[in-house]
Amino acid sequence: MALLEVQCITAGYGELPILRSVNLRVERQEIVAIVGPNGAGKSTLMKTVAGLLKPQDGTILLDGQDITHMRPHRIVQAGICYVPQTENVFPSLTVEENLDMGAFIRRGDVRAKKAEMYALFPDLREKRKLRAGYLSGGQRQMVAMARALMLDPRLLLLDEPTAGLSPMLVGVMLEKIVEIHSTGVAMLIVEQNARQALQRAHRGYVLAMGQNRYEDTGQALLAHPEIRAMFLGGR
Amino acid sequence: MLQLIVYGLISGSILALGAIGLTLIYGILNFANFAHGDLMALGAYLVLFFRVSLALPMWLSFILGMLCTALLGVCLDRVWFRPLRQRQARAAILAISSLGLALILQNLIRMLWGPQAQYYSRAIHFPFTVPILQVRLNTQQVLIFAIALGLVILVSLFLQRTKLGKAMRATSDNFNLALVSGIDTERVVILTWLLGAGLAAAGGVLLGMSVRLQPIMGWDLLLPIFAATILGGIGSPYGAMVGAFIIGLAEELSTPFIPTEYKTAVSLVLLVLVLLVRPRGLFAGWNA
Repeated sequence: MALLEVQCITAGYGELPILRSVNLRVERQEIVAIVGPNGAGKSTLMKTVAGLLKPQDGTILLDGQDITHMRPHRIVQAGICYVPQTENVFPSLTVEENLDMGAFIRRGDVRAKKAEMYALFPDLREKRKLRAGYLSGGQRQMVAMARALMLDPRLLLLDEPTAGLSPMLVGVMLEKIVEIHSTGVAMLIVEQNARQALQRAHRGYVLAMGQNRYEDTGQALLAHPEIRAMFLGGR
Repeated sequence: MLQLIVYGLISGSILALGAIGLTLIYGILNFANFAHGDLMALGAYLVLFFRVSLALPMWLSFILGMLCTALLGVCLDRVWFRPLRQRQARAAILAISSLGLALILQNLIRMLWGPQAQYYSRAIHFPFTVPILQVRLNTQQVLIFAIALGLVILVSLFLQRTKLGKAMRATSDNFNLALVSGIDTERVVILTWLLGAGLAAAGGVLLGMSVRLQPIMGWDLLLPIFAATILGGIGSPYGAMVGAFIIGLAEELSTPFIPTEYKTAVSLVLLVLVLLVRPRGLFAGWNA
């Protein structure tokens, strides 16, 4: 049984659905990348899995449990943590308070987990008393991710984690993602940097116009001529 | 001049109690609650009822008044605003509906207690002069300031030190992010109304103690507390506190220059200035 199963999800904002009968699966401890052109519905899919959007049709199963119509905070309790693309920190709270909020429903030791996060993102330790709104884009992304990791999620949803980052930081961020994955978290990542994401993913999905187009291993998608032409700059 | 500053601080502390509640509700639920001033008035009149009609001691009446208004705040949200939110009403609709609620509350007060001015007690408070500063005060003013400041400090500690307080600030910052962090935002909303309405009642009572009670008192407070809220930045309780003191001081310090009836005009001018120069307020404006 897959960790996450998205079955025939149709969802959108208002009358017109953005996603139409989308299917997706994430196995335990996999990294799955979602790539595709703008407007394909990748972010919409993330929001639907996280519970921020109610699907009009379809089912979402987490380890066999139906989470389709669950409220977002219940979905978090079930083990899915979501890092939005924008507005992904609490700007008037300090870095440390952001982590505290991430751990709001945590049962275990919060302090130990925070120490882990500071070890994972050393820059954050020295900035922990700063308001998150004053940080640079890259540092904010780190806070956003650390906040989501405070609950030891089974599945981490990342919506364009490298968006707006300098090329050097993009590499750093992707390495961090691989590092986090090695602790046993499954990850579903939407990425514009399709090549870099697929290089590090086990499997990938290509979404276009709100529907599935391709699904295969990361390597296979990288090698696919049409995908290379569309998203990977040709060659 | 120092005398006016003292008056300004007292006035500011009363406004702060109203502005904090207003800014928290504004920040979390994203709408301007024009009934907040009348919530302050309602609190004041409830305490009048407990004190005068039920002859309870003032301190008990004060606490009961705050509790009742707090609960009333939650009930009003349930009955009046939440149904609109659930139908995806736009912020403007919610604001207009709050205007309607304000009129209802105000006229309810007028109906139940009458249009004339009322007082908690007829006791005369003898003024004394503070040495060195040469400022005239009476004991009641000191009490009012102490209570207001005490409440403001308590709220501050709650928001800064407690988990629930931080959750309120977080939800005010980013409602959706709070949702996906596992925070039960429904409970946060209820808590915000309890706190906001309770503080509003306290502010109303203190104003009633300081001046008098009349049905229009809530309406008259709206402009200053909105000015304070927007000056401080919507959703920032500290901004609201600082904004309230600035407004209070500005209003009092203007009295040598303009007739006291026009004090509120100072709030309006400051509000317009803020909206023109720095609309996000002093303590807001983080990321794009």
